[in-house]
Amino acid sequence: MVNSCVSLYRSNTMEFGNSSTANGSVSGSVSPKTLSVLIVDEDPIIRRTNIALLNRFGLQINVAENGKEAVDLYSAGAYFDIVFMDMEMPIMDGPMATKEFRNMGVTSMIVGLASRSLDSEIHEFIGAGLNGCHVKPLNNAKITSVLQELIASIY
Amino acid sequence: MDRVDQPKKQLVDYRNLLFHEGILDEQFTQLQQLQDESNPHFVVEVVSLFFQVSLRLLNELDKVFDQQNVDFKKVDSHVHQLKGSSSSVGAHRVRNACIAFRNCCNEKNIEGCLNCLQQVKQEFYLVKSKLETLFKLEQQILAADGPTSSD
Repeated sequence: MVNSCVSLYRSNTMEFGNSSTANGSVSGSVSPKTLSVLIVDEDPIIRRTNIALLNRFGLQINVAENGKEAVDLYSAGAYFDIVFMDMEMPIMDGPMATKEFRNMGVTSMIVGLASRSLDSEIHEFIGAGLNGCHVKPLNNAKITSVLQELIASIY
Repeated sequence: MDRVDQPKKQLVDYRNLLFHEGILDEQFTQLQQLQDESNPHFVVEVVSLFFQVSLRLLNELDKVFDQQNVDFKKVDSHVHQLKGSSSSVGAHRVRNACIAFRNCCNEKNIEGCLNCLQQVKQEFYLVKSKLETLFKLEQQILAADGPTSSD
């Protein structure tokens, strides 16, 4: 199901590039767009595990160790289709980074990953501008659900 | 039973026991499923990282409680990280011990925290020992005849 979701995304978000032919006319070439993901988590174990999990889905993966690093990436011009944002991090936590992203006009899908189960804290995190929130740890089912939501939001 | 089947059965039984005793949970199975030809040592790498990070955090916790005034914010931060890491590798009892620890920390109960720290250490060293035995069994099978089954 997930592979078909990712394939559908790729087939419907083609990037067109131009190249000159021998007689001077321009022809278009088509390449599928790979979904890009940013994992934001201070824990190296969680980053390593999530990289391995997300690799299975054929996604382009980047990491940041805290919210500030993630914000700095966007400030430098980076863009990611999905951001998996940890809730508790040093320097800049998930809710703060999410608010910052939305204030910057970032439209990426931001999915919170919380280890706390207190409703008030998760509500606050969601209220910061998340598209969704899951309890850690990330797994295949949760990733599938996120990808399905992303595809559904596009179409 | 030939010389490869017996150790393989021993490995499977040992692994099942760790799940049955609640030392490991489903998350460890998820890690094993991530191991493949492109990532042949994934489980050992991640678990080794878990050992490294946990030992550092336990050391930091000892230092915090050696201080005259306990910085509960620091304690909470370290235990939070330990809980997350243990959860990620499926170290179920370590994770549960961390949850209890955080509750004591929220109550600023020093004695409770010290007891919880002992409990976390106990569970950590137990899972460390068990996983090291598990990896040794896997190595023995690899040495005897080819890669192990991940079932």
